[in-house]
Amino acid sequence: MAAITMRLPVARKAVGPSASSRGGEKHLVAPGDTITTDTGYMRGHGTYVDEEKLIASVAGAVERVNKLVCVKALKTRYNGEVGDIVVGRITEVQQKRWKVETNSRLDSVLLLSSMNLPGGELRRRSAEDELAMRDYLQEGDLISAEVQSVFSDGAVSLHTRSLKYGKLGQGVLVQVSPSLVKRQKTHFHDLPCGASVILGNNGFIWIYPTPEQKDEEAGGFTTNLEPVPLSEREVISRLRNCIVALVTQKLMLFDTSILYCYEASLPHQIKDIIKPEVMEEIVLETRQRLLDLEG
Amino acid sequence: PRQMRGSRSKALPDRALVNCQYSMATFSTGERRRRPHGDRQAGELALHLKQTFEAAILTRLYPRSQIDIYVQILQADGGNYCACVNAATLAVMDAGIPMRDYVCACSAGLAEDTPLADLSSPEEAAGGPRLVLALLPASGQIALLQLSARLHQERLEAALEAAGQACR
Repeated sequence: MAAITMRLPVARKAVGPSASSRGGEKHLVAPGDTITTDTGYMRGHGTYVDEEKLIASVAGAVERVNKLVCVKALKTRYNGEVGDIVVGRITEVQQKRWKVETNSRLDSVLLLSSMNLPGGELRRRSAEDELAMRDYLQEGDLISAEVQSVFSDGAVSLHTRSLKYGKLGQGVLVQVSPSLVKRQKTHFHDLPCGASVILGNNGFIWIYPTPEQKDEEAGGFTTNLEPVPLSEREVISRLRNCIVALVTQKLMLFDTSILYCYEASLPHQIKDIIKPEVMEEIVLETRQRLLDLEG
Repeated sequence: PRQMRGSRSKALPDRALVNCQYSMATFSTGERRRRPHGDRQAGELALHLKQTFEAAILTRLYPRSQIDIYVQILQADGGNYCACVNAATLAVMDAGIPMRDYVCACSAGLAEDTPLADLSSPEEAAGGPRLVLALLPASGQIALLQLSARLHQERLEAALEAAGQACR
């Protein structure tokens, strides 16, 4: 039997202010704290007005843009924005649509008409397509899609109208808070260490082995079920542990930060990265390199 | 806040539904008790928690969704409900759900004209009147007030004051 390490919970030591040496003090508030009594401000997310006072309703940092005051919480549900890439899991197959779970308040909707048919053909969806819906996507499948529009109550409508979206095959899913994924131009990255990663804006991150052929006519429906070699599996596991380390230290996730973290973790064994001390060390090194990059 | 599980018909069209479940671990009290999931006390406390949090969470922002709060008592030594409320407040805040304010709860009682705050289980079992108060400290609004056993009206003020003091 292998030995199991047990750790007792101990108070976390606060991350020192020297670690994040960005300029400007952050104004941190908790629910019930008055932000300002000045009525000239408009209230944004995370605040409410009570007797002419602007009061915070979540715990987080106050952000002020001209006249708009809002409080940004650390951990929230995903709020859809048009054009975001999301990774989601099918929960239900309904009449002409699929319900997708995307770490948001309400399940997202993927209409049959927004889905690419195999072969990439364009035609009106008929009744046979409806009956064959379950052949394309079943409950429990993972897909990558783009947000088409947002309904008034916050539900999000998705589409997979490009060949790069569709059902996801073999890989590893990491679920993080949506606020930790940085907004960038592209969310599909091919990392030089030998794996690819999709950073969903909803906090679902998908790591998968880089496909060899770049042009896929299938449009993402056929899943590649060939066995993945051990070296690639190791790369993927290491990446997953790195992402978990970055998340526990609350660092923003984008391709450069993941790459630096991967390189910093190479001297350690894959299973050691989960240990708190090793995590701190790796993330500190990553932070240093990112600061050097900026400055 | 997440999609309604269970019956869609119970979804409120303009607000979120707060769903609370309360359970006690078998090793929590003095003598080991068997799995009390259908316990009446558990149901009552869950209902109180639900009422308290419906008042505190800004549910209007989340139409048709549900918020689940699951609380489990690991060690019970008086003030079960108060500990639940305090822990659930922190959990809701950590999840980033907008609330009006912190909700702090404390119990108070009277022992021969002296108001006592935060009763422990021997003090509760002594049989005197017991007052449980859940407060929103910044605005001073009361979320829930519960009284068991009879209390003279004049004493009410003193006990209320003691509990309020302890909450702040």
